[in-house]
Amino acid sequence: MTRRFRRRMKPIDSETSGADESPSNAELDLILEAPTGLWRGAWRRLLRRKTGVFGLSIIGVLLVVAIFAPVIAPYDPTNVLIGKEDVKRRDPPCVHLLGCDSDTPQHILGLDGNVRDQFSRIVYGSRVSLALGFLIVGLAFSVGSVLGAVAGFWGGWTDNLIMRFMDVILGFPALLLAIAIVAALGPGLRNTMLAIAIVSIPAYARVMRSSVISIRELDFVAASRALGASKLRILWSRVVPNALTPLVVIGTLGIATAILDMAAFGFLGLGAQEPTAEWGSMLARERAQVFSSPHLVFFPGLAIMVTVLGFNLLGDGIRDALDPSLSE
Amino acid sequence: MLQYATRRILLAVPVIFGILIVTFLLARAIPGDPCKSILGEKATAAACEAFAENKGLNEPIPTQLAIYIKDVATGDFGESIRFKRSVAQIMVERFPMTIELSLTALGIALVVGIPLGIVSAMKHNTGVDVGAMVFANIGVSMPVFWLGLLLAYLFAFVLRDTIFFLPPSGRLTAGLISVPFYEAWGWSLQEGTVPFRFAEFASNHFIFNSFITGDWELFWDAIRHLILPAVALSTIPMAIIARMTRSSLLDVLGSEYVRTARAKGAPERRVVVRHALRNALLPVVTIVGLQMGALLSGAILTETVFGLAGAGTMLFEAITARDFPIIQGFTVVIAAGYVILNLIIDISYAYIDPRIRLE
Repeated sequence: MTRRFRRRMKPIDSETSGADESPSNAELDLILEAPTGLWRGAWRRLLRRKTGVFGLSIIGVLLVVAIFAPVIAPYDPTNVLIGKEDVKRRDPPCVHLLGCDSDTPQHILGLDGNVRDQFSRIVYGSRVSLALGFLIVGLAFSVGSVLGAVAGFWGGWTDNLIMRFMDVILGFPALLLAIAIVAALGPGLRNTMLAIAIVSIPAYARVMRSSVISIRELDFVAASRALGASKLRILWSRVVPNALTPLVVIGTLGIATAILDMAAFGFLGLGAQEPTAEWGSMLARERAQVFSSPHLVFFPGLAIMVTVLGFNLLGDGIRDALDPSLSE
Repeated sequence: MLQYATRRILLAVPVIFGILIVTFLLARAIPGDPCKSILGEKATAAACEAFAENKGLNEPIPTQLAIYIKDVATGDFGESIRFKRSVAQIMVERFPMTIELSLTALGIALVVGIPLGIVSAMKHNTGVDVGAMVFANIGVSMPVFWLGLLLAYLFAFVLRDTIFFLPPSGRLTAGLISVPFYEAWGWSLQEGTVPFRFAEFASNHFIFNSFITGDWELFWDAIRHLILPAVALSTIPMAIIARMTRSSLLDVLGSEYVRTARAKGAPERRVVVRHALRNALLPVVTIVGLQMGALLSGAILTETVFGLAGAGTMLFEAITARDFPIIQGFTVVIAAGYVILNLIIDISYAYIDPRIRLE
């Protein structure tokens, strides 16, 4: 993966360094701090691609659902309806428009094993998945890119120490190491989040390091050094902004992976605990009933898949959009 | 070449060492008192003291680590707390299931994924390409456990009275017993010895064992039980392999030597198969190596869904039950296997492609 990103970085580098040929420092800052042509162009190219737009729309809809969950969900996700309505547990979906008897209360995705409205739970579940997806990637992204930037910029034994440690983390199958960390910290959403973030740090560190290494040798960085800028300043305001491009792509794809992993933890019973509405654990609770009440397995899984698909498509779209060589 | 291989192997040593240390520390970080979990909640302080002395738990942590590393190096993984049996023995029983499952899944992923990627690249930007990539995108987005449950619902429930019925759980139909090849062939092996362990390990691969002993009923039964979990587990690697093959082949098809091949009048089929594919499949090999980790992670979920007694479920149960020796042993073996496998792939990759060595 790294090799591919590094290769694709080249056209972007040459574009940026080409723009930085004017020596004035103030001008450099202007170019680097204002939204550069790269990002605006990338956004335009993203909107021209069907898959990118499709991914973006899925995420847009999900964000609306998550923010307005209380408005959209007809019931409280933890409301046990037994005795309140004439319903049984694990009742199949009942949609009045599709010919369900109008005397029975409408539950468009049916009821779960605790007699709660599944549609409302899935709507609220989007909050958990999106929030944690962003949090996990935010955490892994910041720690990973700082480690990678330091390793790539300083080199030497700092580099070796950091990257060998990353190799150790990568040496474990990701889910396995995450499970072991959760076992050490105790189950629950917060610890699961930490565990998944820890195991995804190396990916960001590696990509950041390889971008930094290829950028720090470029002329505009040398120019900055010649002007007497401090190491930290060069790293922070010259190298890092230009190294971020591939990280944005793996960050977006990383949200997809993080949501899948969260669901896997929910499924194994280590993630969200009752009565939190989380898709993976909803599915896990009812998996023994898959033959008698398939709706309780089908819909939470579909929600996971659609969300993950949205981020995957968006990530692919951004990657293509950021690579000008592909846009012809 | 030799220099490159040596350097790679030397770089892997600290990684494996690091894995040993991390596993050791993680197992000790998991809360819970090993004495109480082995001797029972009512164990007296004196009994616990004797226990700790006996197991070397009173030694300073660095000494414990040294003892642990020495034990692992000699293949001694200790005794399971829950089962009171040797961890090595449990590995012999559990790993074959996971190996069979992962290899079958990898096979399916390669056999479907590579042609899918090739067709997609050859028919670039057509309906076929878009269709294949939509399929691949959905493939990587599907939770393994969900797909597994859906497959079980479809093939074990909806199609239960048809010829398409496939069993939703277990390795073999109840009542069938796999006879190890060494018993079938009348070998006399001393139980507990190393050759016996190896023979037992080999014979616990039911498909392999029934194949070499010619037990066809069992062979088909084992395969029928493996189809659904293997298909569920294969989707993500399959989709990743298909996408990788496609993009890598597209890269190569745009290169000049391919244009030369076309210019001299070689038919497109020949250009792709003889010229382009060889180079295009190189990155795919690396991806396959990286997918082994994903397969093992997925195996934990797949084994849970299909009720298979493999290494994944064993490890998961051990973690929840705080069975340290099993956690340590299984994790080290899996992680070391993963590192060694990727090492082999890296070295063979450099052998095939000289550019890597010179980098």
